[in-house]
Amino acid sequence: MIFSLAVYSAPYSSQASYSAYQFAVSLLNQGHSLHRVFFYQDGVHNATNLAAPPQDEFNLQKAWQRLAQDHHLDLVVCIAAALRRGILDESEAKRYDKQSHNLATEFCISGLGQLVEAAVVSDRLICFG
Amino acid sequence: MSTLHTINKSPYTHNTLVSCLKVCSERDGILLLEDGVFGILTSAPGADELQQLIQRGVKVFALVNDIKARGLEEKVAPNIEPIDYNAFVRLTLNHRCVQSWY
Amino acid sequence: MNKKILLISRQAPYGKSTAREAIDIALAASVYDQNIGILFMDDGVFQLLKSQQSQHIDQKNIALILPALSLYGIENIYVHRESLDIRMIKTDELILDDLQLLDNNAIGNLLSQQDHLLSF
Repeated sequence: MIFSLAVYSAPYSSQASYSAYQFAVSLLNQGHSLHRVFFYQDGVHNATNLAAPPQDEFNLQKAWQRLAQDHHLDLVVCIAAALRRGILDESEAKRYDKQSHNLATEFCISGLGQLVEAAVVSDRLICFG
Repeated sequence: MSTLHTINKSPYTHNTLVSCLKVCSERDGILLLEDGVFGILTSAPGADELQQLIQRGVKVFALVNDIKARGLEEKVAPNIEPIDYNAFVRLTLNHRCVQSWY
Repeated sequence: MNKKILLISRQAPYGKSTAREAIDIALAASVYDQNIGILFMDDGVFQLLKSQQSQHIDQKNIALILPALSLYGIENIYVHRESLDIRMIKTDELILDDLQLLDNNAIGNLLSQQDHLLSF
């Protein structure tokens, strides 16, 4: 079966991103496919490469990145939500004349339509907020 | 096919469980996760309605890691089934769609 | 293949960005030519008050954005009747006039007929 996940909450301030990650690991272990993980609202904070959690805590972003590498996942950050919250890739930083960019590797920035497209092609779409 | 409702907020501070119970139909399932697992407690707002729905056939589950993390393992009623993430994935496939109340 | 997708909007406007970001999804969905509906429930019904004057807090007026839904092909706009009743909101206070008021059972049925539920 084809799954997609939508993540609406920031890591660390809420458990929802972690739940989404555990759900992703489980569905992949069961042989299902994960079409896309879409980060929207405060969920876009999962994608900042400036987060520096303490070494002895679970690093959710590294976990997403490893999972994406192992399974060629499409981790999409909503552009409108990301720009408002200060998550930019290199080209958006140039467009808005910002001195730096902070989108973590394995994540990409795209439009809201990617969530709708994920719903269209997936058998199940699960929201974590 | 029916709806799987997931609830991740404490019923003591949010109305998500109560709202869910209003529209939950008898073929539906309910999964409590994160702070939603406090909904297993008999003193929780909505606990009586939850038990009535169970009597009418609604299946109620709670994520076992979230229960254990919050020290609630001994308090789970026998008609609420603790499940792991693998079973959560299977539950979503046994229902037509998933409504996340948060 | 055409899918039935229902957005469920349960948050009040302005205090959090959730309500606005749900409407943005609805508007973005229109280009995919799917069967999109939206349900206002719990505090989400406060988004429908036509008396909103959000310029006083420097935010875009949700009541002025909502009429765009039908222009974007979203015909099915549902409201949880009990959520209105609990908040003592009358239908003549609402911005849209083609709303479908649903009781608890009808909402349970509505949810079970969808392919995907997007909750906000």
